[in-house]
Amino acid sequence: MPLAVVLILLVVGSLVFHVLSPWTFTELASNWGMIDFTIDITFWVTGAVFVAVNLFMAYCVIKFRHKKDARATYEPENKKLETWLTVLTSIGVAAMLTPGLFVWADFVNVPEEAHVVEAVGQQWHWTYRYPGEDGKFGEVDAERINADNPFGMDPDDPNGQDDVLVYHPEAHIPLDKPVKWLLRSKDVLHNFTVTEFRVKMDLVPGMQTFLWLTPTRTGRFEVLCEELCGIAHFAMRGAVIVDEQDDFDAWLDAQPTFAEINAIPAGNAAVGAAQYAVCSACHGQQGEGLAALNAPKIAGQSAWYLTRQLNGYKSGARGAQQDDTYGRQMAPMAATLVDAAAIANVVAHIQTLPDEPAPATIEGNVENGGRAYRVCAYCHAGDGSGIQAVNAPRLAGMSDWYLARQMQNFKDGVRGTHPSDFYGFQMGLMANTVHDEQAIKDIIAYINTL
Amino acid sequence: MEIGLIVLATMLAALLGWLLRQSFNTQPWVAGAAAEADHQAPFNARPKLVALTTFLAVATSFFALILSAYSLRMELGDWVPMTEPSILWTNTVVLILASVVFQWTRNHAVNGNVARIKPGLLLTGALTTAFLAGQWLAWQELNASGQYITVNPSNAFFFLLTGVHGLHILGGMYVWGRATVRTFGGQEMDAVKHSVELCTIYWHFLLLVWLVLFGLMLST
Amino acid sequence: MGYVAIADRDHEVEHHDPQTFISKYVWSQDHKVIAIQYGCTAIFVGVIALVLSAMMRLQLGFPDTFSFINPENYYQIVTMHGMIMVIYLLTALFLGGFGNYLIPLMVGSRDMVFPYLNMLSYWVYLVSVIILLISFFVPGGSTGAGWTLYPPQAIAQGTPGVDWGILLMLASLGVFIVAFTMGGLNYVTTVLQARCRGMTLMRMPLSVWGIFIATILGLLAFPALLVSAIMMLFDKTLATSFFMPAISSMGVDPGHTGGSPILFQHLFWFFGHPEVYIVALPAFGIVSDLLSTHARKNIFGYRMMVWAIIAIGGLSFIVWAHHMYVSGMNPYFGFFFATTTLIIAVPTALKVYNWVLTLWEGNIHLRVPMLFAIGFVFTFIHGGLTGLFLGNVTIDLPLSDTYFVVAHFHMVMGVSPVLVVFGAIYHWWPKITGRMYNETLGKWHFWMTFLGTYSIYLPMHYLGFQGVPRRYFAMGNTDFMPASAQDLNAFITMAALFVAVTQVLFFLNVIISLRSGKKADPNPWDATTLEWQTPDTPPKHGNWGHDLPECHRWAYDYSVPGYKDDFIPQNVPASDEAPADRQHGVEEH
Repeated sequence: MPLAVVLILLVVGSLVFHVLSPWTFTELASNWGMIDFTIDITFWVTGAVFVAVNLFMAYCVIKFRHKKDARATYEPENKKLETWLTVLTSIGVAAMLTPGLFVWADFVNVPEEAHVVEAVGQQWHWTYRYPGEDGKFGEVDAERINADNPFGMDPDDPNGQDDVLVYHPEAHIPLDKPVKWLLRSKDVLHNFTVTEFRVKMDLVPGMQTFLWLTPTRTGRFEVLCEELCGIAHFAMRGAVIVDEQDDFDAWLDAQPTFAEINAIPAGNAAVGAAQYAVCSACHGQQGEGLAALNAPKIAGQSAWYLTRQLNGYKSGARGAQQDDTYGRQMAPMAATLVDAAAIANVVAHIQTLPDEPAPATIEGNVENGGRAYRVCAYCHAGDGSGIQAVNAPRLAGMSDWYLARQMQNFKDGVRGTHPSDFYGFQMGLMANTVHDEQAIKDIIAYINTL
Repeated sequence: MEIGLIVLATMLAALLGWLLRQSFNTQPWVAGAAAEADHQAPFNARPKLVALTTFLAVATSFFALILSAYSLRMELGDWVPMTEPSILWTNTVVLILASVVFQWTRNHAVNGNVARIKPGLLLTGALTTAFLAGQWLAWQELNASGQYITVNPSNAFFFLLTGVHGLHILGGMYVWGRATVRTFGGQEMDAVKHSVELCTIYWHFLLLVWLVLFGLMLST
Repeated sequence: MGYVAIADRDHEVEHHDPQTFISKYVWSQDHKVIAIQYGCTAIFVGVIALVLSAMMRLQLGFPDTFSFINPENYYQIVTMHGMIMVIYLLTALFLGGFGNYLIPLMVGSRDMVFPYLNMLSYWVYLVSVIILLISFFVPGGSTGAGWTLYPPQAIAQGTPGVDWGILLMLASLGVFIVAFTMGGLNYVTTVLQARCRGMTLMRMPLSVWGIFIATILGLLAFPALLVSAIMMLFDKTLATSFFMPAISSMGVDPGHTGGSPILFQHLFWFFGHPEVYIVALPAFGIVSDLLSTHARKNIFGYRMMVWAIIAIGGLSFIVWAHHMYVSGMNPYFGFFFATTTLIIAVPTALKVYNWVLTLWEGNIHLRVPMLFAIGFVFTFIHGGLTGLFLGNVTIDLPLSDTYFVVAHFHMVMGVSPVLVVFGAIYHWWPKITGRMYNETLGKWHFWMTFLGTYSIYLPMHYLGFQGVPRRYFAMGNTDFMPASAQDLNAFITMAALFVAVTQVLFFLNVIISLRSGKKADPNPWDATTLEWQTPDTPPKHGNWGHDLPECHRWAYDYSVPGYKDDFIPQNVPASDEAPADRQHGVEEH
C-alpha cells in the first residue's frame, strides 16, 4: 500500500515540479522556436504515457495486492491488446519523430543568404574569423599554426588578406541576419554552444563543421564549450554579441585584417627606451620590480603577455575594479602609451632588459606546493615558463609577492571579473581551487624553486 | 562502416532469424513431456564446435570492423596506396598449402587413418610457421625501404592488419601445439580427431580472412 | 544424438568434488563460485566508483569547498566513475555474476560447458580490474579523458593521465574484452548445448533470454572497442594517424596528419550503444521473472517479450550514431539514426506494458525483490521517456552535452539496472547462501535507494533544460544560469550522499544474514524455475545430485486453473500424477 501511494505521489510530484520549476529553458534568442515546439510535443506525449502507465501500475498494486485466498488469473497473452498497444505506441512515436525530422531538415539546409563567421576553438580559448569584404576565407592549415600565425593562415592566399581575425573570445553578429558558423578546431574536440540559440555543434580538428541560426534579439550571450577538451574545459568560455547592423559594422571595421596585422612593424626598442622612463620610476631601471612601490618585475616576462596586460589596462578590462588598489594606479600609466605602436616599442625595450630571477620573499611547504602545482603546470608549463598557445604567462623567476597578491585578487574577484577579461576569468576559476593563504604560499614557494 | 555493418547484419540476421523460427508457431505455455519437446530440438552439434563457431563470429566482427575503419580512413585526403612487398604472394601460397594439408590431415583423421595424422600436423605446423616468418620478413623489408608504420595510414593499416592476423594464427598454433603433443603422446584418438577438425576450420577461416585482407590491400 | 548431447552423456561425466579450500573457493571451476567471485569483485569496484561519484558531487554541490578536489583529479574521477560503473561493475555483474549463476541452474545443466575457461574468464577479469586500479597510482594518475576516451584529447596534452593513465586504461579494456569473450563463449554454448531434456528455447525463463542475447551483443560489439583501443594505442605509442589529424597541441605539433576523430567515435559507439543493452537486457529478463514470481502470475505476453528482446538486440546495432548528432558527422545521418532510435522505443515500450500488465489481476506479494522490481519499472519508464527526447535529433541539439543527458542515462542505465541488481540479489539470496535476509532492513534499503535516486535525477533533468553543461568542474559566474541552480546542485549532492550512505544497509543485511540469518527454505517464493528445484540449498557442485532435471513446461505456470497450488515447477510432468516427493496435482472437483 505505501508503495502505491508513493508511486502516485511521485507522479503528482513530478508534474508539480515540472510546472513550478524555475529551472527551465532560457529565453530563446534565435529562429529555432521550432525546436522548442518539438520539445513541447514530446513533453505532452511522454508526460501522458508517464502518468498513465504509472498510475495504472499504482492501481494494480492497490487492487491486486496479496490477499489471503486470492488467486491471480491465468492469461498467457492477449494478441488483440498487444496489437493495439503496438499501434498506439507507433503513432505516438511518429507524432514525436515527424516534426523533429522536418526541423532537422531546416537545420541541415543553410539558407543561401546566410553570412559566414568562423569560430576557431583551441585549448581553452575561442577566436573568430570573418571573411572580409571579398566574402571568402583564405586557406588555413594546422601545420602552419604558430605564435605569430595563430590561425594558421596561408600568407600567400589573396582571399585571406582581408580576413578579419579576432584573437579574442568575443564575437559580434548582426541582428535578424541568418549566420552560418563554420567551426574549426586547432587541437582537440570542442563544442560551440550558445544556450539561448538552442543549436550546438562539435568542432573537430582536421575538418570543418557548421551550424546556422538567425539571432532574433540583441544582447550578449555566453559561448560554452560543451565537449570535454581537457583539464580547463569548464573554463573555456566566450561570448557572442548580437548587435544592430550599424553597431556591428562599426565593430567589424575596427578589427584588424590579416594583412593589417602582418603590416604592423615590430616594436622599436630604442624608441621604447625613452618611453620606459615613466615605467622605470616604479618597475626599476632594469625592470627588476620594486616591492616597496608594489611594482612587479617585468623583465623576462613574455612580450605577448605584457602587450595584452597594457591593452587590458587601457581598455579597462584590468585595473578598473574598485578594490584593485594597485591596478588602479597602473591604469593611468598605461594610458600614457597612446597607441599600439607605443606599446610595441616599450615592450620591445623591456625584452632587452637583463632577466635576473626576482628574490624569493615567500616561504611555504614546497612539497605540498609541488603537488598542487601539477594543475598549474597544464598551462603555465612544468618549469613555470608559461605557454603562449594557452595564454598562460611565465611565473618562474618573477616577483613572488606579486604572484601571491594576484592569486588572492583572482580568488576575491578583484581581478578576472570584467566581462571581456576571459583570461582572467579562467584564472579566477582555477584560483578558486586553491583554498587558503597557506596553499597559495606553498605553491609560490614551489614556483620559487623552478 | 558499411562493411562492418553488412557482415554483422548478416550474422545477426541469421542468428536472430533462427531464434525467431523457434518461437513462431510454438505455444510455450502448453506443457508437454520432455521427450516430446525434444522433437523440436534445433541443434545437433558439439559444444566445442559451437564455441568455435561463436568465436569465429567474434573474430569476423573484429576484422570486419577494422576493414570498416580502413574504408573510412581511406577516403580521407592523405591516403597514399602502399606497394605491397612481393613476398606476400609467396606467403599466401604457403598459407593456402597449410590449409590444404590441414584438410588432408583432417580427412585422414576422420577416416581413422592414424598414421597420416602425425606427418600432416607437422607439415601444417611447418607451413604455418613459414607463413609467419614470411610476414615478419615483409615487415623487415618495408622497414628497410623506409616504409615505416608512420609514413602513411595505408602503411599503418598494413602493419595493424598483418599484426592482428598473425596474432590470431599464433593463437591457433597454441591449439595446434596441444593437438600435436597429444598425438605424439599417444592419447585417445577421438580427442585428437576432434581437435584436428576444429583446427582445420580455424585455419580455413584465417586463410579466408587473409585472402580478403590481401585482396583489399592489393586493390587499394 | 539430439542437441541434449551433454545431458545424455551425463553419466559419463565424473564430477570430482573439490576437496581443499583453495580448489573450492579460489581456483574453483564451479559456475556458482565463479559467479560469486565475479559478483564480489564487481561490487567491490562498484563501491570505489560510488565513492568517486560522491567526491564528484561534493565538488558540484559545494564548489571551492573541498581542497582535495581540483580540476585534474575531478576529471580523473569522472572518467573512472563512468568506466567502472559501465564496464567493470554492470557488465561484469550481470553477465559474469548473474549469467554465471543463473544460466546453468535455470537451463538445468550441471555447470558451464567449459568450466576451466570459465574460471580463466574470472581471473583474467580480475587482472583487468587490477590494471585499472593501478592506473590510480602511476605518475600523472589515471586518465581524465572522460569514459568515452575521445581522441585527440585522450592522448593529447592538456588531459590528465596522458602519459600512463590512458595506456593502462586501454590495456585494461583489452584484457577485460578477452575475459568477457571467454565468459561469453561459455554462456552462448551452454544455452545452446547444455539445456536439460525438454528445455526448449521457448521454455527458458526470460532471465536466460536476456543474458543470452546480451552476451551475443557483447561478443559482436566488444570487438569494436578492442579495435578502437588498439588503434588508439598505435596512435599514442607509434605515432600513427588513425584517429589523429594534424593539430597544434598547446603550440606544439605532435606530428600526426590526416586522421579522423569521428572514426573513433563511430567505432566507440558501435560498441557503446549495444553496451547499453548488454546491461539493460539482462535487467529486463531478470525483472520479468521477479515480477512474475512475486505477482503469482505468468509474465504477460512471453513470446512478445522474447521477440522484443531479440528485436531490441538487433536494432541496437543500427542506432549508435544517435550519440553523435552534434559530433560533426555528416548531418544527413541524423534522419536515419533518429528514425531507427525512435523505432527501438516500440519494442521497449511493449516490454514495459507487459510488465505492468503482468501485475493486472495478479496476487502481488510486496516482498523486497518485488519492491525493487516495481521501482525499476518506474525509473525505467522515466529514463525511457527522456530517451525519446535525446533520440529525436532535433531535441538533441539543445540538450546534448547537458545535465539532461547525465540524468537520462543515469536513470535508464544507472538507477534502473542497479535496482534490478539489488532485487535480484534479494530474490536469489536464499538460494545462493541458504539463508534469509532481514526483510525490514531490505525494505528500508529499497525506500532509501528508490526515493533517494529519484531525488537526485529528477531535478537534474531541469539543470539540463536550463542548459547547464556536463563535465564542468565549476560554473563560475554565468548569465544564463539563475543563482538558484547552484542551490539545486547542492540539493542533488545531499541526495546523492544520502543514497551512497544508505547502501550501508545492504551490506549490513548481507553480514547479518550470513552470520545469523534464518535458514532458507529451498523454494521460499514458490517459484517455478529450475534453480529453485535443486536437491540442495545452496546447490552443491554439479547442481542436481544424481539425475539431471527434465523440463516439462514453461517457466511461468503460476496460478494455473485447475491446480491446487498457485505454481507448477518446470520439472513437474504434464501428466496428472504428481511426483512422489511433491504435492502438486489436479484439484478435486
